[in-house]
Amino acid sequence: MELLNALALLSNYVLVPALAYGSQLALGALGVTLVFGILRFSNFAHGDTMAFGTMVTILFTWWFQSMGIHLGPLPTALLAMPFGILFCAAYVLATDRLVYRFYRSKRSDPVIYLIASVGVMFVTNGIVRFIIGPDDQNFADGERFIIKAGEFKKLTGLSEGVSIKLSQGITVITMFIVVALLFWFLNKTRSGKSMRAYSDNEDLALLSGINPDRVVAITWILAAALATIAGTLYGLDKSFKPFTYFQLLLPIFAAAIVGGLGNPLGAIAGGFVIAFSEIMITYAYKRVIAYLVPGDWVPDGLIQLLSTDYKFAVSFVILLLVLLVRPNGIFKGTGV
Amino acid sequence: MNKLIISAAVAASLASSAGAVSADEIKIGVFLGLTGPLESLVANMAPGAETAIAEVSASGKLLDGTTVQAVRADTTCIDAAAASAAMERLITVEKVAGVVGGDCSGVTTAALTNVAVPNGMVMVSPSATSPALSTVEDNGLFFRTAPSDARQGVVMSDIIMDRGFKEVALTYTNNDYGKGLADAFQAAFEEAGGTVTINTSHEDGKADYSAEVGALAAAGGEILVVAGYIDQGGKGMIQSSLDTGAFDTFVLPDGMVGTALPEAIGPDLNGSFGQAPGTDSAGAGMFNELAEGFDSTSPFAAESYDAAALILLAMQAAGSTDPQKYKDTVMDVANAPGEKIFPGELGKGLEILAGGGEIDYVGASNVELIGAGESAGNYREIEIKDEQLTTVGYR
Repeated sequence: MELLNALALLSNYVLVPALAYGSQLALGALGVTLVFGILRFSNFAHGDTMAFGTMVTILFTWWFQSMGIHLGPLPTALLAMPFGILFCAAYVLATDRLVYRFYRSKRSDPVIYLIASVGVMFVTNGIVRFIIGPDDQNFADGERFIIKAGEFKKLTGLSEGVSIKLSQGITVITMFIVVALLFWFLNKTRSGKSMRAYSDNEDLALLSGINPDRVVAITWILAAALATIAGTLYGLDKSFKPFTYFQLLLPIFAAAIVGGLGNPLGAIAGGFVIAFSEIMITYAYKRVIAYLVPGDWVPDGLIQLLSTDYKFAVSFVILLLVLLVRPNGIFKGTGV
Repeated sequence: MNKLIISAAVAASLASSAGAVSADEIKIGVFLGLTGPLESLVANMAPGAETAIAEVSASGKLLDGTTVQAVRADTTCIDAAAASAAMERLITVEKVAGVVGGDCSGVTTAALTNVAVPNGMVMVSPSATSPALSTVEDNGLFFRTAPSDARQGVVMSDIIMDRGFKEVALTYTNNDYGKGLADAFQAAFEEAGGTVTINTSHEDGKADYSAEVGALAAAGGEILVVAGYIDQGGKGMIQSSLDTGAFDTFVLPDGMVGTALPEAIGPDLNGSFGQAPGTDSAGAGMFNELAEGFDSTSPFAAESYDAAALILLAMQAAGSTDPQKYKDTVMDVANAPGEKIFPGELGKGLEILAGGGEIDYVGASNVELIGAGESAGNYREIEIKDEQLTTVGYR
C-alpha cells in the first residue's frame, strides 16, 4: 500500500507531466532535426513557427466556437489544427521563398542560414504578437480531465491521487500517431526516400534526378505541420503566450542535439530525456521517501536536488555534457 | 530669441485662459504608471488625484487664491531609469510643488532616492506597499496613503488563524512586492504560533507551474498562500494546484483579489479567502459621489484622491508651497486632533487651517498616518462564494 502510494505520488507529479512535456518537446525537436537533416542548418525560428501555427489554430478555434461547432468532450482546437497547419505551411514556404532560397542559390555556409533564421525568428515573433497580442490566450474547451485526483483516490482507496488531464492524454496519443505517420512517410513513400537521399548526399541525389525544390518544399511543409501540432498541444496542456514559445527553443534544441541532430529517432528520445531530467531533478522527493521508509527516517528537508527556478539550466547542463562526451548525440546524428 | 517670444506668448495665452485670478499658480505632479502593468488601475487613480486638485483649485481658498494644476508623468511601473527621468522632468522643467506618486514600489524607491530626496521634493504615494519603503532614507519627504505590506502580513495572519488553519505553504511572485509581503506574513504567522512549511518564489509569465506546485505539495500544508498577481503566475499556481490535487483552498492577498480570478478558475475556487485594502467608512461613499468619468471603487483610486488632498492641505497648514516647509505639516493634517474632513470638504478644511484651526483629514480611505508617514491600513476580508467575490468583513 505504501509502495503504491509512493508510486501514485510520483506518477502525479513526475511521470504524467514528464510524459506529456516530453511528447511536446519530441514533436518540436523532430521539426528542428528534419530541417537540419535536409536543409542543413539550425532553424532558430522553429519556436516562433510553433507560435505562429498555434496562433492560427487559436483563431480558427475561436471562430468555430462562435459558430457553435464543438467536438464534444474533445477540444475544438483539434478541429482547427489542420487550418493552422495549412497557414503555417504557407508562411514557412513564403519565408523560404523570400529568405532562405537566396542563400541556397549561393550555397552559403550553415552559419549564414542560422543568422538568417534568427532574423526570421524576430519577424515571426513580431507578427504573432501583432496579430494576437503578447498576453495569455485561453482556447481550451471540452472536458478538462480524464481522471481527477479526488476520483482516483475514491476509485483505488489510496491516499495519494493521480490526475490525468485530457490534454496530456491527447498529447501522448497524438505524438504516437504523428511519429508513426512520419516514419512511414520517410521510409516507405517515394517523396520520403528522395528526402533521405537528398539528406545523405545532395549531389548524388541531384544526379539521380531528384527535384531539389520539391524536397525542400516537402521538408518545410512537414516542419510546419510538426511545429503547429507541437505548439497546439503545448498550448492546450499549458497555456499559449508568444514569449513562452520563444523560450521553448532551448529545451527543443537541447532535445534535438542530445538525440543527435538530423536523426528523427534521436529527437524523440532526446525530448523525453530532457523532459524527464528537467522534472525529476527539480522535484522534491520528501513525501515519496516518507512512504517508503519507517516513520523516524523521514528527512526534514525537501530532498530537492535543484530549485524549480533552475529548470532551464538543466537543459543547458545536459546539452553541455552531451557535447563534451558524445558530440554526435546519443543516437548518431550529423553532428553540430 | 524667437523661442523666448513664443514661450512668452504661450504663457500669456495660458494665463488669460486660466481666468483673471491674480494670485500664483502652482503645479502638482501626478506621477503614476500611465503605461505598463498597472495601467488599468492608473486609469482610475490619476483622475482620483486630479479630482482633489481640481476641487482645491476651484475653491480658491488655498493660500489666498492660489490655483493648482495637475501635471501627469509616467512611472512605467517597471523601468526605474524611465521613472527617475520622468521625476527629473517634473521637478526641473515643470517645477512642481509636490508629487502624487509613484505607484509601484520599485520605481517609487528609485525616483525617491535618486531624484526627489536630492531635490527636496515631497512624494505621497497612493499605492507603493513595499515594507522596505518604511525605512528608506527619505529626509521626511516620503509619505504614503497606502499601508505597508508589513501590515497586510499581520492582517492576513489574523484571518488565517481565525479560520483555524495552523500550517500553510507559501509562494510569492519573485519581485519586491511578493518577497516583501511573503516575509512580512511569515514573520507574523510564526509569531502567532503558526507554521510556514515552505516559502518559495514563482516566476511570472511561465506556461507551466506543475514543478513549482510539486515542491509545495511535497512540503505540505493545509492551505496555500499565493502572494502573486491575478493575471500572471498567481493564477497559474492555483490552476496547477487544483489540477494535481495538491491544494484546494487558497489565501489571496491584494494582488490576487479581483473578479477575473473566480471567472477564470470556476467553482473549484469556492471557499478560498483573502484580503484587499478597503474601508467601510463614510468617506468612501462621499468619494463615490464626487467621481465623474472614472470608477471610484477601483483599487487605490481613493488613496490617490487622499494623497493629492494631503499635499494641498499640508501646504495650507504650513502657509507655504515650499516642500521643505510643508513636509512637516503632513502628519498634522492627516491625524487627530481637529475637525474631521471628508471628500468634497477640502474647501472647508482649507478655511479652518487658514483660520489657525486644526483638522483631522479622514478622506476617502480613512487616512491615519503612522510610523514614518504611512497609512495604518484598513482591509476588506473577502471570500469566494458561489464563484463570486464577497466581502465578509473589515479589519
